[in-house]
Amino acid sequence: MSVSETAPQAATDAQGLLSRSPHPPAPLLDRPTRLVLLLLGAVAVAVPLLNLAVPASSALHVSTYTVGLLGKYAAYALLALAVDLVWGYCGILTLGHAAFFALGGYAIGMYLMREIGARGVYGNPILPDFMVFLNWKALPWYWHGFEHFWLAAAMVMLAPAALALVFGWLAFRSRVTGVYLSIITQALTYALMLAFFRNETGFGGNNGFTDFKDILGFDLQAAATRAALFAVTVIALALGYLACRFVVTSRTGRVLQAVRDAESRARFIGYRVESYKLWVFVFSAVLAGIAGALYVPQIGIINPSEFSPINSIEIVIWVAVGGRGTLYGALAGALLVNYAKTYLTQALPEVWLYALGALFVLSTLFLPCGLAGLVPAKRAGLAPRRWLRGTR
Amino acid sequence: MAAGHPVSVTPARLRTFAARLSGRSRSARPPRVGPLLTGDPLSSGPDTSHGVILYLEEITVSFDGFKALDGLTLYIETGELRCIIGPNGAGKTTMMDVITGKTRPDQGSAWFGQTIDLLAHTEPEIAQAGIGRKFQKPTVFERHSVFQNLELAMAGVRSVWRGLCARLSPAEHERIEEVLEIIGLAGRREEPAGALSHGQKQWLEIGMLLMQSPQLLLVDEPVAGMTPQETERTAELLTALAGRHSIVVVEHDMDFVRSIARRVTVLHEGRVLADGPIGQVQADPKVIEVYLGE
Repeated sequence: MSVSETAPQAATDAQGLLSRSPHPPAPLLDRPTRLVLLLLGAVAVAVPLLNLAVPASSALHVSTYTVGLLGKYAAYALLALAVDLVWGYCGILTLGHAAFFALGGYAIGMYLMREIGARGVYGNPILPDFMVFLNWKALPWYWHGFEHFWLAAAMVMLAPAALALVFGWLAFRSRVTGVYLSIITQALTYALMLAFFRNETGFGGNNGFTDFKDILGFDLQAAATRAALFAVTVIALALGYLACRFVVTSRTGRVLQAVRDAESRARFIGYRVESYKLWVFVFSAVLAGIAGALYVPQIGIINPSEFSPINSIEIVIWVAVGGRGTLYGALAGALLVNYAKTYLTQALPEVWLYALGALFVLSTLFLPCGLAGLVPAKRAGLAPRRWLRGTR
Repeated sequence: MAAGHPVSVTPARLRTFAARLSGRSRSARPPRVGPLLTGDPLSSGPDTSHGVILYLEEITVSFDGFKALDGLTLYIETGELRCIIGPNGAGKTTMMDVITGKTRPDQGSAWFGQTIDLLAHTEPEIAQAGIGRKFQKPTVFERHSVFQNLELAMAGVRSVWRGLCARLSPAEHERIEEVLEIIGLAGRREEPAGALSHGQKQWLEIGMLLMQSPQLLLVDEPVAGMTPQETERTAELLTALAGRHSIVVVEHDMDFVRSIARRVTVLHEGRVLADGPIGQVQADPKVIEVYLGE
């Protein structure tokens, strides 16, 4: 007996809930995508203008501090997109993505350290300060070439990609899935944190890298440089969004979602599920690496705490709050949660961690599709209560 | 690539061959047959020049000492519609698992046509070689549309990179429309598969099998939970497909089996108990004792 005969209510509910997933196949530039790109384009132009061209006395002036803060949010948003791509579209709950972010940050940090040259405290033209302090005589082999921006830029992508490739190959080939995969991704980032804490590893140990002077010859303290970094970050975010959108609307994207929903079925119709997972994991790690590389020059510091397991969990919370599997949800979640974090850690510092936990519990219970779940449900004219129940 | 001159490979010879290898060396293949077969046997499909598409010989599978299959030997002819029946635990699903590469047997050999050793390949490779499987519980991609389900199942693009730029050609589009007509879901192509009724999901799954254009279809309990009308429609569908495809149906519903089967195989305790036309099998006292008599 068909479902619609026995339980008409259940059938309508199922249809209502299912209509929230992108359906029928949306084109590359659907409405949310156009809106996101338009907004990002406007912000990339307006914020630097309001910072540089509007006098500080004006009410419209955006301070350099705010530019840096917004730039940080934009880098986080790119990181959230990377996590949404693997988690929201392929069902891989990664709790170690901050590792790729930090690797990208360290790669650009190495370049920034070499850029300091003889302007460091010890005035050594070759060795960064921490190496002089540790009494090292020569650069370790893996530091060679990082005086070139192009090499650092390549390593920003290659280092996370290589780690994701090796880790993913081992994990997916052994068909590690679900919570086990999440746990080993946590172990991965934790192990890296411990390694980077050691002075012998050659990445500045506990203190990491800081005191950067300039990037490509531009003073990192100058308002114009910071505004340019902001604009570059927002443009990278827009391009990253477009790239993710291209992936998820392609047939490969539909296979990824099929793997998420019914992995063994995908395998039985002839898809090498492991290859798909590995591919999307590596692609996402590259995005995370780029996000990290954009983050570090704006923040001015990178240290091993970026690898800490809690950071990776926070990214997942951004995506969960915003709504996974939509891309724009991840973006909105990253911005909102981080804005809340900035505000709360200043206003009520002791409350923040509880607030974060509560946010995650509440959004899981009441907004299983995140904030993004509100949008199409409303547009489809469904009862407002509908999104409270959710599919997941 | 083909080793030596053409040699005719009979099941008996295959068995000796398999016995000589004593089931251990799974990658060894017998000499290829036919001068035209020069490519990779996986992509060129099975060689059914002897009229047999599937050889299962002396297959034994045990789980913690329990023998799910116990020296099972079974041949499926090209274009045949074969029903496999048997009480619970007879080994029907395990047999399907062995054929599709999900379970590796302890002993025995399984060949798809003359050239493809099923025990040497993974699940996706076997699927690409031309064996499609429909599970007992309908598993379609619930959040994809009916159309997308068929698109994903379509034989062809399987690589990540090619999938990024893959577009449906007019011929592929037509093929999907054709299958939508066959399974009676043309009017619901844009709906999410999760919104379909149970019977419609089963048909969609059969449609997905067809999109893979497999030579051999394995269908596990296709009419479980269907209305009588849906069951009748499924019987029509399967009998219409036989001939162009070889079909193996595992089913409990005896009325359904009677309505489609030309030849029935009864499994019991991991072995073939009886084999033949439905009337003859139903009259067999051994069968009545273990299965129909219950």
